[in-house]
Amino acid sequence: MALSGNLRDFTITQLLNLINLANKTGTLIVEGPSETAKVSFREGKLAYAQIDQEESSLASVLHKAKKITTGQYKSIQQGASHISDKELGLLLINAGYLSQEDILVNLQQHFSDIIQRLFSWVEGFFDFDNDTLPPDDRISVRLDLENLIIEGSRQMREWEQLQDEIPSLDMALKFTDRPGTNLRNVNLSVDEWRVVSYINPRNTIHQIASTTKMNDLEIRRIVYGLLQAGLVEITRLEGAVPTAPTVRVFPTEDKEEQKSLVNRLIDRIRSL
Amino acid sequence: MQTVKMVVTGPFNAGKTEFIRSVSEIDVVSTERKISSAAEKSIKDATTVAMDFGRITVDEDLVLYLFGTPGQRRFDFMWEILSEGMLGFIVMVDSTRPETFREARSILETFHAYAPTPYVVAANKQDKKEAWDIEDLRHVLRLDAKVKLLPCIARDRDSVKTILLELLYSILSEMENGEK
Repeated sequence: MALSGNLRDFTITQLLNLINLANKTGTLIVEGPSETAKVSFREGKLAYAQIDQEESSLASVLHKAKKITTGQYKSIQQGASHISDKELGLLLINAGYLSQEDILVNLQQHFSDIIQRLFSWVEGFFDFDNDTLPPDDRISVRLDLENLIIEGSRQMREWEQLQDEIPSLDMALKFTDRPGTNLRNVNLSVDEWRVVSYINPRNTIHQIASTTKMNDLEIRRIVYGLLQAGLVEITRLEGAVPTAPTVRVFPTEDKEEQKSLVNRLIDRIRSL
Repeated sequence: MQTVKMVVTGPFNAGKTEFIRSVSEIDVVSTERKISSAAEKSIKDATTVAMDFGRITVDEDLVLYLFGTPGQRRFDFMWEILSEGMLGFIVMVDSTRPETFREARSILETFHAYAPTPYVVAANKQDKKEAWDIEDLRHVLRLDAKVKLLPCIARDRDSVKTILLELLYSILSEMENGEK
């Protein structure tokens, strides 16, 4: 039976839960907004994961984890590009650079990080192929899915909360004009600064996310933090064509008549 | 006949329908349906799914319309439509239900983004012993000191009149400041 569909209808957390409960073996291919992930499982355990557009060799995983130096990484790329990950792993173990455990722990962390990223994908298509297993030349692991599912559920709750707080990414942001707020005195992360640098009533949150290469969850997290800190507020996009009002605010354009109208309303309410 | 409109918004069961009912000269045209969600049903039996509509005739050629928004998020497509052309808006908050405060803040921000018109926040059910203190509410709702946060009892006409008057004073004040 086909296991394919849209992430809108079936979330990554639900997929992992199903794979775990059904002890499935095969590869889940997820086409996200800008990337494609391939995640392999053996008997319901995570075996391998990679994002198509990213370097995922053992050497690059160990380099990112600072288990090998940049010089060693370059040497491997130049001199040992023809050997498989399994062969490279054996070479490193036999040469005494790393233990088998070092390699497996770092690969597990790398695969788990990919799964964590998948949790933030709320748009996209998935397809589970029972016949595709991890590439033969790559090292696979055997990682229980339970903890990943729990973390995914936590992220889903966060996602729902963030959607409540920031319902639309088509709105813009502006700095609050609250006296005493000084951005220079606030400790912001690099990612927060990147967002802050684009805050302008002419940029939608969606545009900022796109420019800073953040997904919906990441941009919502940062905007939520900035809102909570009272640094920014959500505003209508400047220059956007406002929805044509079916009712004008005042039936007259004359300022004095408008004031007179408000005063008449005040008198009427007082007399109720 | 000239017409102006104000919007009464806020989370589910904040007291919007009751607020309008307290001052409307007509029976509030309320589109209420039986609640289907078990969680919501434990709070009340029927809720506003489209809008409430009340009217106050000012004189022979001016009428004030009061529109109440549906409180649940799934009806938020109505919010922008209802906010069009409003003179100002009132955000109702149930002072006894802290679980709705975050939602209230979010609704306030959404409406303010739709139309940057004056608004006041009405802390409803202040007669209940479990009601949160006004200043605590100001803190959790992250309201600036200049935002009017007023105690309210939606079924009490005088209390509702005070809220409407405070909103009108804010509108007048903003008009006068705009001329300076």
